[in-house]
Amino acid sequence: MKTILLVDDSRAVRLVGRRMMGTLGLNVLEAEDGKQALEVARANPELDAVLLDWNMPIMDGMEFLTALRNEERDKQPIVVMCTTENDMPQIVQAMQAGANEYIMKPFTEDIVRDKLEETGVL
Amino acid sequence: MSPEDYTYITKYLLDTTGLSLGENKEYLLEARLIPIAQSRGMNGIEDLVLSLRSQLDQSLKTEVMEAMTTNESSFFRDKRPFEEFKTSILPDLIAERKISKKLRIWCAACSNGQEPYSIVMSLRENFPELIDWNIQIVGTDLCTKALHRAEAGVYSQFEVQRGLPVQLLMKYFEQCEQGWKIKSDFDVGIQWKHLNLLEDFKHLGMFDIVFCRNVLIYFEPDLKKNILDRIRNQMNSSGVLLLGAAETVLGISDHYSKLPECQSAIYRVSGQKTQETQEVT
Ligand SMILES: C[S@@+](CC[C@H](N)C(=O)[O-])C[C@H]1O[C@@H](n2cnc3c(N)ncnc32)[C@H](O)[C@@H]1O
Repeated sequence: MKTILLVDDSRAVRLVGRRMMGTLGLNVLEAEDGKQALEVARANPELDAVLLDWNMPIMDGMEFLTALRNEERDKQPIVVMCTTENDMPQIVQAMQAGANEYIMKPFTEDIVRDKLEETGVL
Repeated sequence: MSPEDYTYITKYLLDTTGLSLGENKEYLLEARLIPIAQSRGMNGIEDLVLSLRSQLDQSLKTEVMEAMTTNESSFFRDKRPFEEFKTSILPDLIAERKISKKLRIWCAACSNGQEPYSIVMSLRENFPELIDWNIQIVGTDLCTKALHRAEAGVYSQFEVQRGLPVQLLMKYFEQCEQGWKIKSDFDVGIQWKHLNLLEDFKHLGMFDIVFCRNVLIYFEPDLKKNILDRIRNQMNSSGVLLLGAAETVLGISDHYSKLPECQSAIYRVSGQKTQETQEVT
């Protein structure tokens, strides 16, 4: 079973996300900001994927992504952004920082499935 | 809605668009047709049927036909057919056509355009050697509204996230007020044409590849056969036909054989052209 880390400061989004990921057959971990997410990622070297919000307190999604991609780890997880930052310059910025796919909120289950399939997580 | 009105409209749709609604779809007809009646100040479906029967109002006829079409589509729909198009169909066809450097592709029910745009992107991404080829892509549909959308190439945020990898969104689309638009400097070279598959389409000429996906599914077997046979007559001898995921030629037309190397509904024409099959209308 593959493991995905949901990073979002909104409990509601994590709740919906957890249910969706569950039906897609993924094992779900959660974090509510980038700093927590880094800790979870470090504790889980086998982590397969991260679904990542952008705007969060303490450490935002972009800082997390940059830090993650600079870490020495045997396995770099697939990172799918999942954010309300829906303009082209931001998409470009995230992709250049090492994201693999991009979901513009509001999302649906179909979109999440498509994007996870697209990146080989499913 | 009275049983007589129901019978009249379903027969009307069957004759004009091929759509076979069957029984007990009153709710669907009402949901789609009451708004039309209201927008014309009519007193419900009864008035609408009266007006249809009088045959006087051409624009009402078109509006009713178009209201009943299902235009749902997505980029690279079902994914695998497009993978197989890239790996199993195009390489051989390109090798075969390397002297004439010409390919003609038809999307026979292109709806809002995701299918032809997916084809163009796939060609650009995977076959840069085709840059100096004469590639003609013809997108046709019964529904004028869908064709207008296709030509404008504007999609909602939701639509560009279905099946379209973000890398392709970044490369081929720009943001606009209504969402995302095919870049104006991306010369897609698609010809858009209004066409009812029940009518003659010989004037479109001959094709190497025909996408006829997720439209025959709404038709009765006889009509499917009629259309498949006439499509066969518009295909070159090594022509390839792609159907939707839930569609098959099996038991309907024997002018095609399944490509064994493909898992999707992809067929090569087999044997001779069919006897002249007449269009239905
Ligand atoms: C579900 S869409 C399929 C779009 C696309 N081929 C795909 O697979 O995603 C079906 C399309 O068939 C069109 N259609 C229905 N009846 C038709 C007819 N008699 N002639 C041509 N197009 C027709 C509809 O207008 C609609 O756009």
